[in-house]
Amino acid sequence: IRSPRETPPMVGEVTATSRHYVDRLFDPDPQKVLQGVIDMKNAVIGNNKQKANLIVLGAVPRLLYLLQQSSSSMELRTECAVVLGSLAMGTENNIKSLVDCHIIPALLQGLLSPDLVFIEACLRCLRTVFISPVTPVQLLYTDPTVIPHLMSLLSNSLRTQEYITQIFSHCLSLFRLIDLCIFTPCDHMTFDTQYSVTLHTSSSVLQVRMQALKCFSVLAYENTQVSMTLVNVLVDGELLTQVFVKMMQRDQPIEMQLTAAKCLTYMCRASAIRTDDSCIVLKTLPCLVRMCSKEHLLEERVEGAETLAYLMEPDVELQRIASTTDHLVAMLADYFKYPSSVSAITDIKRLDHDLKHAHELRQAAFKLYASLGSNDEEIRKKITETENMMDRIVSGLSESSIKVRLAAVRCLHSLSRSVQQLRTSFHDHAVWKPLMKLLQNAPDEVLVMASSTLCNLLLEFSPSKEPILESGVMELLCSLTQSDSPALRVNGIWALMNMAFQADQKVKVEIVRCLGTEQLFRLLSDPDTNVLMKTLGLLRNLLSQRAHIDQVMSSHGKQIMQAVTLILEAEHSIEVKEQTLCILVNIADGNTAKDLIMTNDDMLQKIKYYMGHSNVKLQLAATFCVSNLIWNEEDGSQERQDKLREMGFVDILHKLTQSSEPNLSDRAKTALQQYLA
Amino acid sequence: MTELGVGSLPLGDPAFNYQEHELNERLKRLYPAVNEEETPLPRSWSPKDKYSYIGLSQNNLRVHYKGHGKNHKDAASVRATHPIPAACGIYYFEVKIVSKGRDGYMGIGLSAQGVNMNRLPGWDKHSYGYHGDDGHSFCSSGTGQPYGPTFTTGDVIGCCVNLINNTCFYTKNGISLGVAFTDLPPNLYPTVGLQTPGEIVDANFGQQPFVFDIEDYMSEWRAKIHGMIARFPIGERLGEWQAVLQNMVSSYLVHHGYCATATAFARATETMIQEDQTSIKNRQRIQKLVLAGRVGEAIEATQQLYPGLLERNPNLLFMLKCRQFVEMVNGTDSEVRCLTIRSPKSQDSYPGSPCLSPHHGASNTHLHTGGSDSPTCSNGVTPPNKSKSHSSSGSIKYPSASSSASSSSSSSPSSINYSESNSSDSTKSQPHSANSTQETSDSEMEIEAEHYTNGVVEGSSARIMNGTYKHEEILQPDDNSIGNGVTDEVCSHSRQLCGGNQAATERMIQFGRELQALNEQLCQEYGKNTTHKKMLQDAFSLLAYSDPWNCPVGQQLDPTQRESLCSALNSAILASADASARSGHGVCSAHGPSPVWFLLLRQSRQLFALAQVQVIVK
Repeated sequence: IRSPRETPPMVGEVTATSRHYVDRLFDPDPQKVLQGVIDMKNAVIGNNKQKANLIVLGAVPRLLYLLQQSSSSMELRTECAVVLGSLAMGTENNIKSLVDCHIIPALLQGLLSPDLVFIEACLRCLRTVFISPVTPVQLLYTDPTVIPHLMSLLSNSLRTQEYITQIFSHCLSLFRLIDLCIFTPCDHMTFDTQYSVTLHTSSSVLQVRMQALKCFSVLAYENTQVSMTLVNVLVDGELLTQVFVKMMQRDQPIEMQLTAAKCLTYMCRASAIRTDDSCIVLKTLPCLVRMCSKEHLLEERVEGAETLAYLMEPDVELQRIASTTDHLVAMLADYFKYPSSVSAITDIKRLDHDLKHAHELRQAAFKLYASLGSNDEEIRKKITETENMMDRIVSGLSESSIKVRLAAVRCLHSLSRSVQQLRTSFHDHAVWKPLMKLLQNAPDEVLVMASSTLCNLLLEFSPSKEPILESGVMELLCSLTQSDSPALRVNGIWALMNMAFQADQKVKVEIVRCLGTEQLFRLLSDPDTNVLMKTLGLLRNLLSQRAHIDQVMSSHGKQIMQAVTLILEAEHSIEVKEQTLCILVNIADGNTAKDLIMTNDDMLQKIKYYMGHSNVKLQLAATFCVSNLIWNEEDGSQERQDKLREMGFVDILHKLTQSSEPNLSDRAKTALQQYLA
Repeated sequence: MTELGVGSLPLGDPAFNYQEHELNERLKRLYPAVNEEETPLPRSWSPKDKYSYIGLSQNNLRVHYKGHGKNHKDAASVRATHPIPAACGIYYFEVKIVSKGRDGYMGIGLSAQGVNMNRLPGWDKHSYGYHGDDGHSFCSSGTGQPYGPTFTTGDVIGCCVNLINNTCFYTKNGISLGVAFTDLPPNLYPTVGLQTPGEIVDANFGQQPFVFDIEDYMSEWRAKIHGMIARFPIGERLGEWQAVLQNMVSSYLVHHGYCATATAFARATETMIQEDQTSIKNRQRIQKLVLAGRVGEAIEATQQLYPGLLERNPNLLFMLKCRQFVEMVNGTDSEVRCLTIRSPKSQDSYPGSPCLSPHHGASNTHLHTGGSDSPTCSNGVTPPNKSKSHSSSGSIKYPSASSSASSSSSSSPSSINYSESNSSDSTKSQPHSANSTQETSDSEMEIEAEHYTNGVVEGSSARIMNGTYKHEEILQPDDNSIGNGVTDEVCSHSRQLCGGNQAATERMIQFGRELQALNEQLCQEYGKNTTHKKMLQDAFSLLAYSDPWNCPVGQQLDPTQRESLCSALNSAILASADASARSGHGVCSAHGPSPVWFLLLRQSRQLFALAQVQVIVK
């Protein structure tokens, strides 16, 4: 199915060619008919006029006829549905004409076909028709079996899910869905006063309930509006959430427990339910933990672990609770034992099954570990102490499945937030090696996680910092800063910032050389604030010890001062300005570098301005800068003191000594003491 | 149930009454299979079963520490008033930490009766605990295993005992922490231990709603068990259930010699009995002799009916002879009994024992009539003709299990007397009608059937093989040992060695010498046998005490000790007489539907608690 704007609109003898297309639909040779329909499809795409013409010329009834004929080939029927879908994409009038030709019952009939491609084409057309305001919603209910059938198609493919969800969200109020989900047990259920559905067997009752429940989970996922609506729904005086809680009871079918838990998880993540609500803490979370246990099917364990990881991702309290529930951390270790050695020998079928799910299991476990360990140090410790955990991550980083690699690096990233783990297990297992390998030619999503982890490994106290530096990571990081993805640029510059922290002069020079001043200053005007902040951080780290400050400033002083001026003059957040002033503080700490400020009256005026700023942080930074400039015991301190006195800095310092902020008044007093000495 | 109420409470307190009411309701809902008249549920801490450093308050639900708390030697525990009944299936209680006190060295868990209370739960054998200070679990050991989080003031810790798989898990603030212990022994008491001043905890045995959703957990197990039964593989035997069940019933009847019932059953179900009726009756007769303690006669009968059998089974013969010696001490074996026939005391002793089941009573009294051929000594208490009038009413109204259970006094229940007179018919073929025999056996069977429908089958498989169910045992498994209780004392007064008869004693000594000789002979032929040696030693030890019924080896005199021997002899006869006769019985032992039967037999109580499997049994 192509997008509607591919071919240019046709001009000229439109009506004549249109007639030709219609005529070809009546050819006795089925092959020619098929070719005719395909040509028609190509002709109408994006051409509203052509569409209108074809409708006027009576193409629709013929197309519908062909679509319904069981003697037509599947290919022909599918193409007919595609053309009809294309026609529906036009104006509202087109849709009216289609509906008048009874396209809806014909297409709904088509959904009964076993052919997925055909079903998808029919659904696509139905979707377009139903989401139009000119189509009466009731047409969906002409046949009572339609809704249950649509729900059963929901999970057939991503496309069917998309189309059906769209149809439902337009035509089926949530309340109708709730009807299906909760009241299906009744043999005779009512959608509407006129339309009713009779279900024959109990298994189909369960199926319909399940489909409706799945529908909820699809609708609620990352959808605050739907989630908020669902939370407030009362069913027979009972909150819908409580109905979901009942569906999670342990004697319910596993599939139902799992799907109900998913619904509540999505509603919670969409901020419709608080994370400390008892239905999350005491019901949803324990239910999902249970799903991870060995007694369940591999598919259920994968889904349970992924949902649980998603549920607790943003909430440390849920992470803490999960980490103590039913030995979850230890339970997950079992996810890595597939295919088991037993299954390999005894049962080929089982081995096949295990193999198929082994990747999924591993990635789900990594995801869950990542989520569990993302905040709490104690949980991280517990995870790394799980049997062979670090080895598993290391081998996960180089697995063939990209999903596993991604999940493994996420897990590693989560654990890398721990100072203790960086110092111990990360070093012991030389995780930087596979990580560096992973960074080569990885897709962006892996690269983001891997580089983010690398940032942590490059922290000053990490024993892995040295070997990583030696492995020549610099080029890679510098190239990341040129990426289109802001996340990658941040990670690149962040890693460089960490690398420059308290680094040797040699490393600093190498960073500047490799990154290039041009790129450095380009990053200072990056639209992404995070990138800007980290670049300023990198500058601060480069300008740390006195000798380094003078050296860097002597070669790049002019550009740096220029960049600082630009940032201070532009609209930026307090944090950015503070970082920038901190750079000036460092520059003022240099021997020769000081002059770059002292000789720049404009800059001095700016410093003065920030000393009187309403924000204490900025005042403090500016005062620090002055204090550095007038520091005694340094060459030329007298002249600088005099100049600043003339400019009125002393008065401001006196004023600041009265500040209610102790840090600021102390700093001002220290500065004034320089004058007294 | 009333005895469970805490005595110190003002009965008029409405708040307490309300709480009590709610407690009753909740316990009934959680543990519907528990009969509190037999096995009361824990409802509070026991003021008697605690260390002195423990103080109780608030209806014995609040525990506080009142010792010095210097070190672990100052630890103190308290147990609940009652152990957790097996019929709970799944049991749960919660403890709220009111205050962690100085160090929060608190342990919550389980312990068996008699475990030292000057310790925290978990440190000793048959003691299990989860400790607040380190979050470790202690499984009968001084060193803990990392288990869960620590707990402190404000936390609610729950402890769940799963009596189906004998595991235990804890909960903290309503969240399950996972399995802590496996292979737990039965009859554990809820226990808490404290160790430093200021520690206070409150128990919730059901007085309040639990923080953890225990009913949800129970529902999972209920569903599991139902699922297990529903999914039980039947494979090729699909549709053959009727035949399998019929075969099992029939072979059970044949095995135990319920000849008339077996015949009736075979007739009704149109099946065949593999063994002929005379053979069944013979075996039944021998069994009854053994069960009556008339082992000498049993040996004689066996040798006569199955020549060569005991010669081929020298071990069995030795066991029988040993038993015969014990029965001589008892005064029941015919060799000594005929000498002591005039002593009414010895006869009183039997019906007087509360531990006698109607079945035993039947064989026992049968001994009196049949053995001596004298109507006067048929029963020391009830005249024979009166017993017969009893019997007729008994055969019409089959006694219910409970009524026969309670009738343990010397006035024998009707069924006993009835079967007694009939047994004598069948063995000694006195002028009584054959159909009366049939009726008797049926009435006996009816009693057996009552046991089954009661659903309280005693756990040991040996018992099931024996087919000798004792009402007392079934209803009160803990009280089945004859060696204790007031009633036993009463009996012992009336008992004397060999019935107190000099001639009998001499005969016994003489027999003892023969037995010794037999042992030596066996040793020469088959080598030393420690089991035999022990058996002989135990038997002879009886003579060393003035009151053998009340001595360390007195248990041998218990009539129930005859059962295993009886079963062994029966099996040996079956094995030798016709190997195929046993094959039918093999249905339930060899390729029987093991999981369900296994569970039914071994864990019947726990299962009943959750699955109401009685339906299936019926």
